[in-house]
Amino acid sequence: MADATTQQSSRSRDLDKLLLRPGHLVGPAFEPGTELRDDLQKYVRILVVGAGGLGCELLKDLALSGFKNLEVIDMDRIEVSNLNRQFLFRLEDVGKPKAEVAAKRVMERVSGVNIVPHFCRIEDKELEFYSEFSIIVLGLDSIEARSYINAVACGFLEYDSNDNPQEQTMKPMVDGGTEGFKGHARVILPGMTPCFECTIWLFPPQVKFPLCTLAETPRTAAHCIEYAHLIKWDEVHSGKSFDPDNPEHMQWVYLEAAKRAELFGIPGVTYSLTQGVVKNIIPAIASTNAIISAACALETLKIASGCSKTLSNYLTYNGVEGLHTKVTEFVKDKDCLVCGPGILIELDTSVTLKMFIDLVEDHPKLLVSGASVTHRGKNLYMQAPPVLEEMTRSNLSLPLFELMDKFPKGVVHVTGTAGKGDNRQSCLRKLRVAFKGVDGITDTDMAGGA
Amino acid sequence: MRDFYVLQSDRYTGIMIKLFKVKEKQRELAENSNGKPPVKKQSAGELRLHKDISELNLPKTCSISFPNGKDDLMNFEVTIRPDDGYYLGGTFTFTFQISSIYPHEAPKVKCKTKVYHPNIDLDGNVCLNILREDWKPVLNINTIIYGLYHLFTEPNHEDPLNREAAAVLRDNPKMFESNVRRAMAGGYVGQTFFTRCI
Ligand SMILES: [Zn+2]
Repeated sequence: MADATTQQSSRSRDLDKLLLRPGHLVGPAFEPGTELRDDLQKYVRILVVGAGGLGCELLKDLALSGFKNLEVIDMDRIEVSNLNRQFLFRLEDVGKPKAEVAAKRVMERVSGVNIVPHFCRIEDKELEFYSEFSIIVLGLDSIEARSYINAVACGFLEYDSNDNPQEQTMKPMVDGGTEGFKGHARVILPGMTPCFECTIWLFPPQVKFPLCTLAETPRTAAHCIEYAHLIKWDEVHSGKSFDPDNPEHMQWVYLEAAKRAELFGIPGVTYSLTQGVVKNIIPAIASTNAIISAACALETLKIASGCSKTLSNYLTYNGVEGLHTKVTEFVKDKDCLVCGPGILIELDTSVTLKMFIDLVEDHPKLLVSGASVTHRGKNLYMQAPPVLEEMTRSNLSLPLFELMDKFPKGVVHVTGTAGKGDNRQSCLRKLRVAFKGVDGITDTDMAGGA
Repeated sequence: MRDFYVLQSDRYTGIMIKLFKVKEKQRELAENSNGKPPVKKQSAGELRLHKDISELNLPKTCSISFPNGKDDLMNFEVTIRPDDGYYLGGTFTFTFQISSIYPHEAPKVKCKTKVYHPNIDLDGNVCLNILREDWKPVLNINTIIYGLYHLFTEPNHEDPLNREAAAVLRDNPKMFESNVRRAMAGGYVGQTFFTRCI
């Protein structure tokens, strides 16, 4: 027992310098002391999304930063090509779930840490699963997955009646990403700093070659790969859709691409390039992953402990020519449909959908005419096309309260035309609807607002 | 207005641990607080698509349908009945698949009807610039439908996906016309059988 204590204190010696002493960079509410250190271990639960190149680094870094309650979610299995940088995996692990092996290896190495693996898709988990974490750290390589987690985390955010974000509903995210020698790390405090959707334009759109170029005049290895992936696949496998996560499918595309490249005398088609082109992934470099993950783990520690100001709010790292790092303070889009407050409207429970649509037209902050209304993926009323108008028309006479499953409050989105005369333009708005005189408001009822 | 609107996110530095602590204690108390309805997550892509769809302004020659009902806008079909040109009288159906990050990414569009067309191959792939290299987030579903419509009124031999059809259109428009009629009526053009779509 005595041994364990000595070991424990020597391991946290460096961390203690940050957590047990005050300093001039600390946050205003920072209270140094052993209680803080113990609380970080006891009360902070961190979810790492992705157990690939970044995820392996993140789990190791977070465990060594003193966090004890970690979980990791990843749907992939280990492939041979991962082994050069996903250092928690060994040759004998090939074929096993990344999340499970990564959790096991870090727990073996760092005593006292508990890591729960989840071998599944991020969409498979209920929102409640995500609501239980203090901070969500993202080590992903896809825009879709980031966008999904962002929508989930921002969905927990609630605003008060003055449109100020309620801090106890804020779910901080730390996002890392790498592409070859480049990377980024960012801190997202929903409601305070821009969310992923506020700045989605930061991600360059995927390069899409014209199909006729692929079919007729291929010039590069990527053209050959996309030909096999987009045209040849359908020709041979009628009706069966291509699955980028199925190694057999990928192998087939690789072999077809190689044949085509040979036919046109084009060099450079490899299996890993095939994966890269098809999944739009630039192979990562171990050092870039290490640098970006370190920055993310540090920001996670700073958010949780307050031992220093957090990154504000977007760090880019570029090691292509020399080495550049830069921090940019992006601003949030106040009208963001995902993290913004939207416009608060208070209604009686008797208000019908038709009355609501009229109200939206007259509301001074909205003035949206001809509104179509959607709520949590249910289209309550559509002005067009006629086929949808017909399907949703019967809702017009029903109370909105009932259409919103009798929740005391919730978020709806409306689209329609705003403005007058020549300034008329189409718009999409987020509305926070609160029903008067309905009790039972709990803070989870708004989950999934976005 | 409360002061924290003006303050930077620094204000949160240090208070997070207290919030986490409260939350974790609540969580331990309220273990298994089930009974909440499952909540569907609406992606930003779905919302933007909702806007596109509710603003659709289709010409009489085009119609849209939603095979999965009114609440799945991400998968739909568009049917085009050209009122002019080689394809007059035919009925052509396209499937649209929309990504959750729409409009960052263009819709995936395929032609369900087998068609003899220089810019559409026999598996339904479509060569239309705005679906691939020229897609921009400011474009919308309406633009794509008009683009598809124009493929039928103005097929072009310069962007071939069906090389034979493109060559015939370029070298012998009369023969191209009769090939199109034969395919639409249901029959063989060369080795390929087309089902009737008139
Ligand atoms: Zn946002």
